[in-house]
Amino acid sequence: MPRWLVAVGVLATAALLLALPHVLSFSQREVLVFMTINILVVCSYRLLTLTGEWSLGHVVMMGVGAYASALLAKKVGVFVPLAMLLGAFTAAMVALVLSVPLFRMKGFYFLIGSFAAGEIIRLLWKRFRDPFGGPKGIKRIDPMPDFDLGIWNFTFFDPVSYYYFALLVVLAGLFVMWRVEKSPIGLVFHAVHWQDNLARSAGISVRAYRTLALVLSSGFAGLAGALLAHYIGTVNPNMFDIEQMVYVLTWAIVGGTATFYGPIIGCVVLTVVNEIVLREIGLEQGRPMIYGMLLIGTVLFLPKGLEDLFHRLSRIGLLFSRQPRGGQ
Amino acid sequence: MSEALLEVRNLSKRFGGLKAVDQLNFSVAEGAIHGLIGPNGAGKTTTFNLISGFYRPSSGSVLLSGEDISGMPMHRIARRGLVRTFQHSTLFAELSVLENAVVGTYMLYPPQTFAALAGLRLSRDDAAKNRARQVLEFFGLLDHADELARSLSHGHQRALGMAVALASRPSIVLLDEPFTGMNPEETRGMMKLMFKIREAGATILIVEHDMRAIMGICDRITVMNFGRFLTEGRPNEVRRHDEVIEAYLGKSKQNA
Repeated sequence: MPRWLVAVGVLATAALLLALPHVLSFSQREVLVFMTINILVVCSYRLLTLTGEWSLGHVVMMGVGAYASALLAKKVGVFVPLAMLLGAFTAAMVALVLSVPLFRMKGFYFLIGSFAAGEIIRLLWKRFRDPFGGPKGIKRIDPMPDFDLGIWNFTFFDPVSYYYFALLVVLAGLFVMWRVEKSPIGLVFHAVHWQDNLARSAGISVRAYRTLALVLSSGFAGLAGALLAHYIGTVNPNMFDIEQMVYVLTWAIVGGTATFYGPIIGCVVLTVVNEIVLREIGLEQGRPMIYGMLLIGTVLFLPKGLEDLFHRLSRIGLLFSRQPRGGQ
Repeated sequence: MSEALLEVRNLSKRFGGLKAVDQLNFSVAEGAIHGLIGPNGAGKTTTFNLISGFYRPSSGSVLLSGEDISGMPMHRIARRGLVRTFQHSTLFAELSVLENAVVGTYMLYPPQTFAALAGLRLSRDDAAKNRARQVLEFFGLLDHADELARSLSHGHQRALGMAVALASRPSIVLLDEPFTGMNPEETRGMMKLMFKIREAGATILIVEHDMRAIMGICDRITVMNFGRFLTEGRPNEVRRHDEVIEAYLGKSKQNA
């Protein structure tokens, strides 16, 4: 692709992302904030799947970040943006500890093990009122403080402001994950996923790299959790239960995990379906059913996810736009 | 040919009641092309898996340059300079030929996690690519560097499997049935490659049941049967050995 085309694409996307909240209603703006945060969750989930392991504890890791950030801000009085980063770090460290027993397993056993580990963490939140607040969780979490950068005046109670803030954080996170995937580390992740024995024979510690992927992905999930906690001001154990995990899985599978943009497409399309289409026609109660049907339909008819549909469409577009070249 | 680079001592592996490998002893001299042969089910591949760390031995030990490596995980053994190839063109099918070779350079140029997070390009990343190109050239694959590994021909895939193994400059490479499914022309090409690998300084241990190829390239051959050591010697000695003929063809003398 020519460089100017890339530049135009980036500028157009930036303009679209900046203008987007202004064409939406107030409640849709809130949904937009949630969707932005969810994109970080589902993309960080994909980072783990790069090494071939699928977890059912990812949303709980998001919760670890949310709880840690909330507690640090509320009980210790840590400056909120710093608390968010520490929340992400806490999630990464909890993942590092959990990786010790979990990566003694792989495949289906890892999946079930990660679910069990997540449930244990959720039970700890429920059991220990101090400091986790029990089943009701933590309320009145310190909001992100207002600030004024001259060109950008952040006011917490305006969803547009928080959307811009979350967008900035999420884009930074996506950028780091994208770079990791394109780096030699990403190559090793691929090697570990597709031929673990050949990778071992090349001197690669498969377990070390699966751990690295789990720790990084949990760290970014924790960051997303912290963003969420300081936006809605409350966290409780049910926000991070298996139902939420199934939504993340659905976004990832419907979007497809082979490309970086697959899960983003999945998250955006399903959020639009859910919040705009279903809510407009009053079918939001049917969300689990619709999601289930979409999941089955995707697996049956589009096993590589929506990304494959985009891929095919763009190829058709290229066929019409490009002169046929010899030998290609 | 000097002292033993690889030494197998009283190596045994039991699967339940089956003794797949039973008190096996042999050693591979530095700089040799050493064959490990035997009829089907003789325990050759199990021995291979024991040496490379894919299985843990039930008893006995494997020494590499005099150090005990038995029971170590595969990647640790690889880091000590013993790497293996796999049967049936095991490759990273969806990666390019060059990327396959880059993974092979992992031990020479291990990637830095924090550099990847910070987006730094390290000189070792370029060094890894250069080494990968060098090893592809050695195996005559440089023209295919940008193709996907799965689109290569069978013979090229085999060569790439060896390129991935040799990319890290191992001191000894274990080749698992490198001649299987090859036509005579490909077999000749592969034999030439093995001499080239030895010239480049690596010791080779081959498991194979293609007798013609193995007789043509090996300095020494160890013969196994029913999990046990049968005999060892130069190809000509082994070829004429009564028990070897018996193991491969059945008891010809008594029944004739």
